[in-house]
Amino acid sequence: MYWNQAVECLDREELKKLQSERLVDTVRRVYYNVPYYRSLMQQKGLVPEDIQSVEDLSLLPFTTKQDLRDNYPYGLFAVPLTEIVRIHASSGTTGKPTVVGYTRQDIVNWSELMARTLTSGGTTRESVIQVAYGYGLFTGGLGVHYGAERVGASVIPISGGNTKRQAMLMRDFGTTVLACTPSYALHLAETIDEMGIKRDELKLTNGIFGAEPWSEALRKELEDKLKISAIDIYGLSEVIGPGVASECQCKSGLHISEDFFIPEIIDPDTGELLEEGEIGELVLTTINKEGLPVIRYRTRDITSLNYEPCDCGRTHVRMNKLLGRTDDMLIIRGVNVFPSQIESILMEIGDTKPHYLLIVDRIGNLDCLEIWVEVSEELFSDEVRKLEDLNRKITREIQGILGLSVKVKLVEPRTIERSQGKAKRVIDKRKM
Amino acid sequence: MLVQQISVFVENKKGRLVGVTEVLAENDIDICAISIADTTNFGILRMIVDAPDLAVEKLKEGGYTVSTTEVIAVEIVDQPGGLNEILKILRDHDISIEYLYSFVRRPAENALILFRVEDTDKALEILRKSGAKVVSQEGIYNIN
Repeated sequence: MYWNQAVECLDREELKKLQSERLVDTVRRVYYNVPYYRSLMQQKGLVPEDIQSVEDLSLLPFTTKQDLRDNYPYGLFAVPLTEIVRIHASSGTTGKPTVVGYTRQDIVNWSELMARTLTSGGTTRESVIQVAYGYGLFTGGLGVHYGAERVGASVIPISGGNTKRQAMLMRDFGTTVLACTPSYALHLAETIDEMGIKRDELKLTNGIFGAEPWSEALRKELEDKLKISAIDIYGLSEVIGPGVASECQCKSGLHISEDFFIPEIIDPDTGELLEEGEIGELVLTTINKEGLPVIRYRTRDITSLNYEPCDCGRTHVRMNKLLGRTDDMLIIRGVNVFPSQIESILMEIGDTKPHYLLIVDRIGNLDCLEIWVEVSEELFSDEVRKLEDLNRKITREIQGILGLSVKVKLVEPRTIERSQGKAKRVIDKRKM
Repeated sequence: MLVQQISVFVENKKGRLVGVTEVLAENDIDICAISIADTTNFGILRMIVDAPDLAVEKLKEGGYTVSTTEVIAVEIVDQPGGLNEILKILRDHDISIEYLYSFVRRPAENALILFRVEDTDKALEILRKSGAKVVSQEGIYNIN
């Protein structure tokens, strides 16, 4: 099911042409309208004419979250405030929030992107969609809302929270599509059970979940519990909000709307462009945005791109499920290590998610990685030999994936400190 | 006729064992046999107690990783050659032992050997046929 088949299935050569035209236009607009971008380009000795096609993209400088903060609140807007019709802001956990602005056309385009996302998630004009993403400065609620109205679904703008009421309205209003974060969906599913609402009292068929990373295991749990088909969606306010990428019903990667965004994968340390399929930091350039265009924005999200044709018929590139954030990344003897890599190895061995801790230290001149794994009942054996085998197996698998020698230590449950129910994953003792 | 053994995962660190025995003491659970298998980093504490179910429950509540294993208990005469007799039987029937430990109650003439073997059912049958005195859970506390 497509919202805009002509674009979503556009021939890749045509797509590239479209991207080049839009990139050239975007670069011209930021150069002449945003002093900050102009000075960045001038520092690199670039003029707009140097950018003729998507091939020239890598000549341009990166933009980071810090650049947005440094230009707080409106410094990077490419239009006068009179043209801005909506302002959103990201939660500023560290200092000031990052502020984003949309023109009337941006809102139209964002609605189009969300209509594609929602349609690939099973939303139609017959749907009753419960939008339980937060409404407000956060882009989730209103982003989904506008897309759902564009599709023509009946929208319940309930926002987040008040879970019992959510469950009651889901039953009474005959909600067919639920849009929220995956963790909230799980909470809602449990509340539905607790309230004694039977599954056949609900009309739910689809879930559209995003705004936080989640695992295949959680997808399965949500699909089984709620008897729905659930897709993952991706977006970030600095780029536009939700609607940047979304899974189709093949559920093997998220299609990035390439007529709006050009994705690149770089090595987060060196900024070098990586080969197709390699894992690195996702960088996005908006090519059809007026209010706040961003050039080579470093998302800090770690993933890889898949240009293989998808069974759904969409031609747009797929990004794989997020592996983590560059903020979580460790560099050990030149190797990039993500806690999520260790986690998936442990999950395969133990069948459940054990608590673990990565301890990095520098002994002499050599970086060492020690991994503590709490011995759960599933992993425990009464025989020393089997526990030693387990230790060896974990060591071997991790070394195989990382190409680094590691030391694995089995520890008692609750050895690893929990903070607010969330375990701390990394201790870096190295003094640089 | 098997005996429930409790196994607890303990790290090789100061104060770990006493943590386990404290839980048992607080719940008035009697330990009648105990053994530790240790490696550089961790150990497995194995115990026979008078209330295994309660011990498992309380240790789990205390945050320990606990499992139960069925072991064979054989009563032997506490004199030279006593253990040898039993081990010969197992050897002759090609049964390999994962581990064993023993305890003796004084004053008493008999000792108890606890075995964990590869094929528990087969071992049990052979030991009985050869006249060894296999002891049940209840029997342990009534030795002499």
